[in-house]
Amino acid sequence: MAADYAYVGLFLLVGILFVVFTIEVLSRLLRPSRPNPEKLSTYECGERPIGGSWIQFHVRYYLYALVYIVFAVETVFLFPWAVAFHRLGFFAFIEMMIFIAILLVGLAYAWKKGALEWV
Amino acid sequence: MFEFIIIMLVKIAVVFGALLLTVAYLTWLERKVIGDIQVRLGPMRVGYHGLLQPIADGLKLLFKEDIIPAEADRTVYLLAPLVAIIPALISFAVIPFGSQVKILGRTIDLYITDVNIGILFIFAVASLGVYGIVLAGWSSNNKYSLLGAMRSSAQMISYELSMGLSIVGVLMMAQSLSLVQIVKAQSVVWFILLQPVGFLIYLICAVAETNRAPFDLPEAETELVAGFHVEYSSMKFALFFLAEYANIVTVSALATTLFLGGWQGPLLPPVAWFLLKVFAFIFLFVWLRATLPRFRYDQLMGFGWKVLLPVSLANILVTGLIMAWR
Repeated sequence: MAADYAYVGLFLLVGILFVVFTIEVLSRLLRPSRPNPEKLSTYECGERPIGGSWIQFHVRYYLYALVYIVFAVETVFLFPWAVAFHRLGFFAFIEMMIFIAILLVGLAYAWKKGALEWV
Repeated sequence: MFEFIIIMLVKIAVVFGALLLTVAYLTWLERKVIGDIQVRLGPMRVGYHGLLQPIADGLKLLFKEDIIPAEADRTVYLLAPLVAIIPALISFAVIPFGSQVKILGRTIDLYITDVNIGILFIFAVASLGVYGIVLAGWSSNNKYSLLGAMRSSAQMISYELSMGLSIVGVLMMAQSLSLVQIVKAQSVVWFILLQPVGFLIYLICAVAETNRAPFDLPEAETELVAGFHVEYSSMKFALFFLAEYANIVTVSALATTLFLGGWQGPLLPPVAWFLLKVFAFIFLFVWLRATLPRFRYDQLMGFGWKVLLPVSLANILVTGLIMAWR
């Protein structure tokens, strides 16, 4: 069981080594490096950049993130339920439908309040 | 034990090499197919019918200067391509290419490993990919990058939900999270026939998750230049490019495994069937890009939340009712 994940780890290691090797060894040996202030300036279609871009984001992104978290947790609950569905019988099905219905009320509320509208 | 480790290392090397080669030649395939659709020839100069084009492109990127903008957050900027490409690559550790073959009297499994929560692993890893995009966009300190990254993250979390819900029906029928078991559960009938709605939702979400046309708003060339990787050059740019195409291969392989019976099929060897199905999906991706115009952002978000999410929940309800009935 743990061995199965060891192979995943090994695969991960090969991946990291490949990426680090190409960027830090192979490409570093081959590529030129002649920086100058103009070259290193931020790209803004040829103009000098006006202000930075580390600013506050619009609140609508957070609304989506909040609704997402509700349903992401739901999906995680649904996976084991789906796998064991055959053994659980009809009662578990009703239970899960009630659970989904409660979350759907949340979605309906967000929908009604306009949280899903992109304005 | 020693022999076992050698087999494992060879398997990892083969899968990794095959994946990188597929991804490289995917760029060639895409340019060729789109060329054909637009009545052009596509790449023709480098090698026979442009067959060496991906290698020429790769070499060119290796020789390019690596520019790190003075305004950027250096650490995060350097880390972002790594965070983008690694999840795209390691999903392949659990995807089964075939059942078993006998080579030199030894039985070898045609997958790197069969973890019993394979599908959950792929979803977990795939959702890490969005971090690479957000970190890249934010650390560049460029307005286009930031906009691209924000759009991308909102889009990816929206469609990830429906994607996760669309496969619940498959899990209910297969009764397992292991990809090998899911393929074996389809030996009689493929799940695409039992779960047509789930398949359609999965397909739409897969296109959106990989940021491909018609959902390619994060890198909408006409307004955001290139989206989150505007400031990246040289091999770092190449890694983002590789990650995007590796993700296409991953979602295609997953669609094959979940809905099209994986490696199973008559006459041809299992691996051939697997590759055939995966390339059919990849071709579909390219075809979509050549055919459909881009969505508007409010349409995209509205479609994800108001259509796909309720439909995928209804799909679970109907599947559950039918299965409980019998």
